[in-house]
Amino acid sequence: MLVGVGLATFIGVKTFKENITLFRSPSDIVAGKVKDGTRFRIGGMVVENSVQRRSDNLDIKFDLTDHANTVTVSYNGILPDLFSEGQGIVAMGQLDTDGMFVASEVLAKHDENYMPPEVAEALKKAGKMPGTSANFGAQTLVQP
Amino acid sequence: MFKWLHRFGSAPFVYRFSGALAPWVGGACAVLLGIGLYLGLFVAPTDYEQGESYRIIYVHVPAAIMSMFVYMVMAISSAVFLIWRMKLADAVAQAAAPIGASFTFLALVTGSLWGKPMWGTWWIWDGRLTSELLLLFLYLGYMALRAAIEQPQSAARAAAVLAIVGVVNIPIIHYSVEWWSTLHQPATITKLKPSIHESMAVPLRFMIFGFLFLFGYVLLVRLRTGILQREARASWVAQLPEIMRFNALAPAADSQAVSPSKHSETKHG
Amino acid sequence: MAEFFNMGGYAAFVWPSFGITFLVLWANVWFAKNQFKRVTRETARRSAMTRAKKQARAS
Repeated sequence: MLVGVGLATFIGVKTFKENITLFRSPSDIVAGKVKDGTRFRIGGMVVENSVQRRSDNLDIKFDLTDHANTVTVSYNGILPDLFSEGQGIVAMGQLDTDGMFVASEVLAKHDENYMPPEVAEALKKAGKMPGTSANFGAQTLVQP
Repeated sequence: MFKWLHRFGSAPFVYRFSGALAPWVGGACAVLLGIGLYLGLFVAPTDYEQGESYRIIYVHVPAAIMSMFVYMVMAISSAVFLIWRMKLADAVAQAAAPIGASFTFLALVTGSLWGKPMWGTWWIWDGRLTSELLLLFLYLGYMALRAAIEQPQSAARAAAVLAIVGVVNIPIIHYSVEWWSTLHQPATITKLKPSIHESMAVPLRFMIFGFLFLFGYVLLVRLRTGILQREARASWVAQLPEIMRFNALAPAADSQAVSPSKHSETKHG
Repeated sequence: MAEFFNMGGYAAFVWPSFGITFLVLWANVWFAKNQFKRVTRETARRSAMTRAKKQARAS
């Protein structure tokens, strides 16, 4: 019983300490809301046609956007199956001196839509692909 | 109407009623899960983005929805118990707790098995996953509290208070994906316009109702057990056919073979 | 058939999910039924004993 309460409190405190939001948006970074040298998570959409891969190793670079601001992310490691351009991702890492985000982990944040491939194809053609209501730094999107 | 309601406060009536109802609920559960499993694994199309891995939705989402639904059943029963001193409501809450804990466990494990291939991690401390884990601890805490307090009346009351306080976690689980940035995606089906294709939603509905009926069945069986335990000394219990049947078989054997065993010792103690 | 079991390469995640789910669902039913049987038996034994005591006192 005590162990249970202790664990619950521990988790509660841990979450609040690490901030209840899991990741910061590119706009947060551009606005300088993240202290230099801290490790944190960044989330956003991989910009179309921005992914640069090296042929000889796993190095990858891509731009991450919240549709207001963009941050370049570099990463060396295994990417989740869902990683692609236009995909939502959450990366862990820190900013280097040039303002580039050096990631040590990249996770895919998939959206809430489920459909067969044919339907997705048809919707894409009609330009009616549903978006996500995910909280991708929505606050920053509304702000000027 | 009031009379009809009143009968649900009567232990013998609820015991017999749930005994009659249970086989039907169990049968419906088997049919629903059978159809849901067949449709989900064989008929539902593949997902445009997640491929075949999305089929985990057919066990993950029902478990997750039911983990919250069962908690609400437990909390409302606890409130009824505290307000109207209805012992049967406490029996319902007690019967629901382990079922809810098992659904929460399933939601976490299947979610983890889904997260690894899709997100790239088994676990992350985001709002949704953390609050669902907290739900598991609430269930376990509820059960541990009941077990820890010896006096049944105070155990029931303390556990009921815990169950009611824990209700704040339910909206947190549901809205975590909207309030905060999480790795977990927002709601798919629990909104006005579900964002899942009909061909994939039909099997999911069968599975959700299958889980609901399974909860119903197990709850009824556990509730009957709880009533028997609470009313063991009542004369209506002694006259139950299932008790009489044992009595008819037992007395001769009881006095010789059974009485030196540990069963009779615990009864006197 | 092999394609079905392969689950598009996600067999290692899909099948354990379904496996553990149905194992836990089955365990829910099994433990509930088993506990009911045990409690019925204990209650019957107890009521038989009280009846025997009453009879002994009466005779």
